[in-house]
Amino acid sequence: MSAAPQAILAIEDLHVELPAGGDRTHAVNGVSLSILPGKTLCVVGESGSGKSVMATAVMGLLARELRITRGHVRLQGEALTGASARRLRELRGQAMGMVFQEPMTALNPVMTCGAQIDELLKQHTRWGPARRRDAVLRILQRVKLPEPERMMRSYPHQLSGGQRQRIVIAMAVILKPALLICDEPTTALDVTTQKEILRLIAELQAEQGSAVLFITHDMGVVAEIADEVLVMHHGNAVEYGARDAVLGAPRAEYTRMLLAAVPSMTPPPPRPEPRGSPLLQGVGVSKTYTSRDWLGRRHDTHSLRSAAVAVRAGETVGIVGESGSGKSTLARCLIRLIEPTEGQVLWGHASGPVDVAGLREGRLRPLRNQVQVVFQDPNRSLNPRRTVGDSIVEGAINFGATRAAAMEIAASLMDKVRLPREGLLRYPSQFSGGQRQRIAIARALACMPRVLVADEAVSALDVSVQAQILQLLREIQAEFGLGLLFITHDLRVAAQLCDRVIVMHQGRIVEEGTTAELYAGQKEDYTRRLFAAAPKNIPGPHVRSRAGGGGHPRAVNEY
Amino acid sequence: MAVLHRLWRNSAFRFGVLVLGFLTLVAIGAPFLGTVDPAALDYAHINTAAGVRGQFALLDGSVVDHTFWMGADNFGRDIYSRVLYGTRTSLMVGGITALLALGAGGLLGMLAGYFRAVDAVLMRFMDGLMAIPAILLAIVLVAVLGATLGAVVVAIAIPEVPRVTRLVRALVLTLREEPFVEAARALATPTPVILWRHILPNAMAPLIVQGTFVAASAVLTESILSFLGLGLPAEIATWGNIMAEGRVQFTQYPGNVMYPALFLVPTILAVNLLGDGLRDVLDPKFAKRTW
Repeated sequence: MSAAPQAILAIEDLHVELPAGGDRTHAVNGVSLSILPGKTLCVVGESGSGKSVMATAVMGLLARELRITRGHVRLQGEALTGASARRLRELRGQAMGMVFQEPMTALNPVMTCGAQIDELLKQHTRWGPARRRDAVLRILQRVKLPEPERMMRSYPHQLSGGQRQRIVIAMAVILKPALLICDEPTTALDVTTQKEILRLIAELQAEQGSAVLFITHDMGVVAEIADEVLVMHHGNAVEYGARDAVLGAPRAEYTRMLLAAVPSMTPPPPRPEPRGSPLLQGVGVSKTYTSRDWLGRRHDTHSLRSAAVAVRAGETVGIVGESGSGKSTLARCLIRLIEPTEGQVLWGHASGPVDVAGLREGRLRPLRNQVQVVFQDPNRSLNPRRTVGDSIVEGAINFGATRAAAMEIAASLMDKVRLPREGLLRYPSQFSGGQRQRIAIARALACMPRVLVADEAVSALDVSVQAQILQLLREIQAEFGLGLLFITHDLRVAAQLCDRVIVMHQGRIVEEGTTAELYAGQKEDYTRRLFAAAPKNIPGPHVRSRAGGGGHPRAVNEY
Repeated sequence: MAVLHRLWRNSAFRFGVLVLGFLTLVAIGAPFLGTVDPAALDYAHINTAAGVRGQFALLDGSVVDHTFWMGADNFGRDIYSRVLYGTRTSLMVGGITALLALGAGGLLGMLAGYFRAVDAVLMRFMDGLMAIPAILLAIVLVAVLGATLGAVVVAIAIPEVPRVTRLVRALVLTLREEPFVEAARALATPTPVILWRHILPNAMAPLIVQGTFVAASAVLTESILSFLGLGLPAEIATWGNIMAEGRVQFTQYPGNVMYPALFLVPTILAVNLLGDGLRDVLDPKFAKRTW
């Protein structure tokens, strides 16, 4: 602030008040920061930390219920707090560009991408049509979209997620704004796409010399792109400083916890290999969806081609892959939520394995206590109209327990997943996401399954909660000798939890092996690319060491 | 309880509840509100003007002091009594029709939404049913079933069923893909139980809202049927047949049509506002948090 180059963005003691009746009074509680030209400031925090509210406050897009009660936001010296709506509109796009998390909702689905970028130019420049068209083509080329001409004429739904995000980025940077605000721009994307998008943002930043305010929950992304880091927790700035200082020698307890919760890409030492016959096995499992066009011609979509997988007692098998790789289709075939087109699905049973691939629901039902499932989204995996207790006892009652006995089981499961027993009488909405995921695990365990299938079960959770749920799964596996089939897109999580990992791509299994082997070196090209794109381990001295001496980062205030 | 509190803060809902509450009290209390038998004719009072006080000779021959608040019609029947007793019919028709249409439409919609084989056949049938104008269908049904209260209710309910079915089907189509429904399937919960326990409660809010609109339209349709002379027989007073009978001499005695209309219009408005209020509070698109 005293040095020669002027900060592009300067926030001083910003307070954003929440409406009365919430769990806290301020969404943002006295945050200060500044970003110099060409620098990237990463704001990290878990959900509810106020990081996105701060970004919307900068853009002047705060929801009506939220109010800035104190502090200043200055963009290139100009005060944004108190600026007119008209001035803010001029500045957005011209002086600050924005990239949001979900490109599909950031774009207008009924306008072509070209027209949407053009609209921005019409708003902010006096250029003629030919010049605007030129500029649009140039920026599409610049964000490395193939065939810019075609892209201009395309509608958002005709593009992939990564391409859509490139369009959003094109819109954000076309007027060469001094400040680029990115709010979780890669969270909805696959790792390989994320890598490309991060690189693109960095390139554009270097080219235009703009400052970047980058909001993320992912420490791996921070390690990759940040110059400076601001850690937020419950609306407070917990720690603020240079990247290496914050990541290498964090001073705030909360930062240390956050860093410790990030799973490492280095797998732990392998566990002894399990013996015994598989409890859940898929042999040559395929799923083909057939649709017919108006002429009655068949169109086959091969979601899953001849996949084989086996899970033994006490073993954790991971299935990793990007979206659309068929990993969830495989899981759903194995749980028999959908019927595979081909192949066998064998469920281990007291009397030997039973092929359930083609069984009708009625025949399947008595066998269903063998294999249970935990889904990704904790907000949707519990019936909001039923109490937690009712949800948990459902399976046990279906398999013959009396209600009283089932309630006993439910109560002991609540202990096991470390939730209070009184919670049985409450509704899911009264629990947080992590707690709901614990409830979902308890529900799955209530009918004493031998295999648990976890479909992205920790992907929607904050890292600290994620770490707790992973720990819980480990404990439960050890206690019940469960086979665990763990589907995830996160290679770091798979590294920490799985004994064996299967890599899927375009409906096929491309590679598999023990975690140690696979993470040490990949044989297939695709797997190598996938692993290369995964965020690196956090650099610097190990975060668990309670190093207090580092000195560089300033612990702003205790949370 | 929080839902009730939010509902009460919604002014449309509050208005609807207050008006309908008042009408319900009127319907229940009709015998005690200075009325006489709505079917009784006293030829001495044919076309009495509103507000006249006099003696009313009942069917059993007894004579009572009576004020003709809304006058008497061309048969010498007291309009005030007929309108108040008509409230009973109208609210009953509205309520029962809504329950019937919701019940039938809800069941069919759940089946169509959950079972694809049922869907194909049932929804084409519903499309066909929707192609017939509701009033026309109701007229045919009344003609076939006869003009009793039950028949009229059924005749009004049937044309409403396809719309409810469509709504419920659409809700079920999305709900059946919800992870909590899939989890229930994985827990071996039988399909009827899944429908009853997991799907129906989560489809209830929009269903109730739709029910209020069905009720409003049922009250109106009943009046139209009666007005056309196809509704309930004249000895059962309804707002529709009071107006129908008043129509002949509307120019001389407009009160015969106006007084029932003064009840009919606020009733429909109240039911519709009640529905709007419920929707605003219960629909996730309008409310911040539904669950």
